[in-house]
Amino acid sequence: MLISQDDRLSFEKSKSGRRAVTLPSARFSGESPTKAVSSGLLRQTSIGFPELSESDIVRHFINLSRKNFSVDTHFYPLGSCTMKYNPKVNEWAARNEKFTALHPLQEESTAQGMMEILWELEGGLKEISGMDRFTLQPAAGAHGELTGMMLVRAYHASRGETKRTKVLVPDSSHGTNPASAALFGFHVVEIKSDSRGRVDLEDLKQHLDDHVACLMLTNPNTLGLFEKNILEITKLVHQHGGLLYYDGANLNPLLGIARPGDMGFDIIHINLHKTFSTPHGGGGPGAGPVGVKKHLIPFLPGPLVEKAGGSYRWADAGPQSIGRVKLFHGNIGVMVRAYVYLKMLGKEGLRKVSEAAILNANYMKECLKDTFTVATQGPCMHEFVLSIKSLGAQGVHAGDVGKRLLDFGFHAPTVHFPLVVPEALMIEPTETESRETLDLFIEAMKAIADEAVSDPEKVKTAPHTLPVRRPNDVLAARKPILSYRDQLREKMLLAEAAA
Amino acid sequence: MDFPENLKYTKTHEWIAVQGAKAKVGVTEHAQKEISDVVFVELPKQGQAVQQSKPAAVVESVKAAFDIYAPVSGKITGANKALESNPGLINQSPYVDGWIFELEISHPAELNALMSAAQYREMVLQAPKH
Amino acid sequence: MPYLSLTAEEKKAMFDRIGVRSFDELTGDIPASLRDPKISLPAGLSELEIQDLVAKLGQKNTTVKGALSFLGAGSYDHFIPAAVFDIVGRQEFSTAYTPYQPEASQGTLQAIYEYQSLMVELTGLDVSNASHYDGATSLAEAALVALKQTDRSKLLIARSVHPHYRQTIRTYLAGTPYQIEEINFDAVGNFKREELLSRLDATVAGVIFQTPNFLGVMENLEGVSEKIHANGSLMILTANPLSLGLFKSPGEWGADIAAGEGQPLGLSMNFGGPYLGYFVTSQALMRRIPGRLAGLTEDADGKRAFCLTLQAREQHIRRERAGSNICSNQALCALAACVYMTLLGKKGIREIAEINWDRANYLRSKISSLKNYEVDPSQTIFNEFRVRSNKPFPKIQEKLMAQGIFPGVALEPFYPELKDHFLVCATETKSKEDLDRFVEALERC
Repeated sequence: MLISQDDRLSFEKSKSGRRAVTLPSARFSGESPTKAVSSGLLRQTSIGFPELSESDIVRHFINLSRKNFSVDTHFYPLGSCTMKYNPKVNEWAARNEKFTALHPLQEESTAQGMMEILWELEGGLKEISGMDRFTLQPAAGAHGELTGMMLVRAYHASRGETKRTKVLVPDSSHGTNPASAALFGFHVVEIKSDSRGRVDLEDLKQHLDDHVACLMLTNPNTLGLFEKNILEITKLVHQHGGLLYYDGANLNPLLGIARPGDMGFDIIHINLHKTFSTPHGGGGPGAGPVGVKKHLIPFLPGPLVEKAGGSYRWADAGPQSIGRVKLFHGNIGVMVRAYVYLKMLGKEGLRKVSEAAILNANYMKECLKDTFTVATQGPCMHEFVLSIKSLGAQGVHAGDVGKRLLDFGFHAPTVHFPLVVPEALMIEPTETESRETLDLFIEAMKAIADEAVSDPEKVKTAPHTLPVRRPNDVLAARKPILSYRDQLREKMLLAEAAA
Repeated sequence: MDFPENLKYTKTHEWIAVQGAKAKVGVTEHAQKEISDVVFVELPKQGQAVQQSKPAAVVESVKAAFDIYAPVSGKITGANKALESNPGLINQSPYVDGWIFELEISHPAELNALMSAAQYREMVLQAPKH
Repeated sequence: MPYLSLTAEEKKAMFDRIGVRSFDELTGDIPASLRDPKISLPAGLSELEIQDLVAKLGQKNTTVKGALSFLGAGSYDHFIPAAVFDIVGRQEFSTAYTPYQPEASQGTLQAIYEYQSLMVELTGLDVSNASHYDGATSLAEAALVALKQTDRSKLLIARSVHPHYRQTIRTYLAGTPYQIEEINFDAVGNFKREELLSRLDATVAGVIFQTPNFLGVMENLEGVSEKIHANGSLMILTANPLSLGLFKSPGEWGADIAAGEGQPLGLSMNFGGPYLGYFVTSQALMRRIPGRLAGLTEDADGKRAFCLTLQAREQHIRRERAGSNICSNQALCALAACVYMTLLGKKGIREIAEINWDRANYLRSKISSLKNYEVDPSQTIFNEFRVRSNKPFPKIQEKLMAQGIFPGVALEPFYPELKDHFLVCATETKSKEDLDRFVEALERC
């Protein structure tokens, strides 16, 4: 068999006395810590790390890696996640010891190349988004949103408008939006979407008053449509003294095509791990730089990179800054990759990326529209939403279709989101997929649509070809086993009960 | 679906069984189906004051965490400890073994605002199905 | 244009299939005034040119490998076994998505589970999550958990906790009704015990310490958790994870939460990130842990399987009622830490801690014999310690940098009263010759 069936943990493969890494035996101080240090400070309990040889360990982890889908092996049509190809030259650059072996607190004069990268990346992000300044500190999209909400609060507070405690969020938004706003006391108000998933202007107007701090918006929205009324929306919110926050999760179709800054947004975060092709890492690290218009620059976290003459330095934040949101300067390794990507694309390349992303999505939508119900009419941007309701398949849910796709060698789309569409499959092909891949995916979707009616059990019990099938998440949550230590404890309890 | 006659109901799908000055509270059969398999219940503390229509407990499934609202205001006098080791009782027996907490009613008049079994049945059966 | 595969013919065929003639017909919803913004960016480069550019930028940096560096203060130069890079570089790990589809992610999920298991062993606590952004944000999340769990309003933080961590917590809590008070340190760098005891009142949700603290001192926390718990508050500890091979673990000190920076566990310094925030708690706080956790379960056929669990209160499900807004973790960094700890094994984790202790203690005793510098040899340290210079530190730094030495981190910017004090770090990466060369250079300043 190709993939090892051995599902033991490293701990379960351990054998007392085995070693992997060897360390220097020389000691310089002539003292032993067990004698020199007061025993009250020393560790008394043993550390139950596994004991394995290096070859055991390498084989263990490489076998694990083969139980994963990944962009380098599979197509991921995950809506709003922008799982595009991660160029190898990005990785090559980020591995360079001239960047990895820099200490965050070393003198600026000794890290000019690194600071130039950060300055240039910020410059590129400013041009693409139409904003005036960026902080590179936020570690992820959600962290960027949190930073954005702090900026909103600080801005209104500086103007004595502390009554502005309301954050408006469309009901089709990403879950992080309301969570970020609510975390530190903003009152979240959901705005209705119209039948096309766009902000319902009448509903928006009803909620606009002098308590509004901010409207958070994803554009294109999670149904893949550009907010046609965006200029009116931003104008209305500004007229009522509110700010506009742009959730950059769906920026991919707008590169060189339209800029959030021009639309009237005051604050934006950009997911470098989506639009700027840095790898997702199985759930991070990403990076979520936050850009603002001029009037919000004084509130940004510091320090920021400044260029004076031909050299770069760290400029401390001013007195109005919200303060630091992270240790040191941000996820720099991710910045290096995004910088290389930006340099590689250049001005023309950016536009081509977005055009191909939009073309791929519309092509797939067109090919699937007769089999599934498309949630919206007319062209989409970089993603679209299908509902499987119209299949009339007994008891088959969108999630089941996603699972069955795994058998065909495709990652599942985003399922059951956005919440405004029942039985939703949200599909984002990205620009890097070839037409052949799209066609294969379309065929698989049609085959599953047939199966859902002719053999619903097969879909409901999928996947049938992967190392595991439908892990029992109810059991996992009722009796959480979260570490090897928990397993050992459980075993002891069972043994006691048996005795 | 079962809608016991002796109980009163809330719009948020809690039931309340009044016995003198005290009452037991749980979620309805309809609610447990919507919640799906309950994996954890966060019970209120003994002596805690709760307000009508404000969260008093949390019921978690793998799909979501649901606030359980107090049908009337009062003081918590007990909680169903059996749910700590067996949260699935809410699914198996929502009206009997799956009760969640007991309270001492502070404003009996608040009971008047609650629904009868017939009213609640009508609300549930008329709600659009997803 | 690289990374795109559609040919002109394919594009035309696709446009035909869609039934439009041009790209603009697909984006008709974008108002005309927004279209075609003027963007000032240079033309794209070929990969060859990029490689050249990147190499040139690299040459403008002096790394801690090119210099002789004694910088620490929250980011540490450590030996990283080659196997760590190879395994983390596996694209099946690095280019995978968040493991929401467990069947397609057993590799990532088992690795996270093993990471959690290793962190439980290392910290002596019960439940670890899959990681946070970094030490500062992890500690801020720990502070939030304490405030929610106790339903109280105040945090006490030792002033010897990393300044960036304290600043981040302040940023997170600004504009909320919560308060933060600091507990000062004494002349040798230990937190002031009397000050802690006098401030423990019914409003205190949690008390945060760091050990070794920012000044390098191993805090003596004997009897502290008892006092904190008697007050109904939580004890939060941020420890250098590598020091736990030798020194008392958060579990042994009686902490409720261990939250801090995992960078020393096999991650490059990377000019400050990406790193890894570890977050481990007692069993009692299990359902309050923000972020992702991997759990062990069975699949539909009864086979061992892993899945994300305890997610019901997370943002993607609970929106504005979520306990935190965190979406990503630092999965690849957690993988690096997992591989690193597995490679060290039971014996290695202790040895590496001992070697760090040895190098720093050797260096401190050497510096103690120098005329113009003062150190306090009575304090227990791990791999970092404070030096006071009789001459202005900026001058010393300038002289040493001219010789290719990064002497350490000035403390005055963080603690104004510590003028001409600097923090010196010596890890296992320093040979005896390195340390002796540094001491001689200091002496000559």
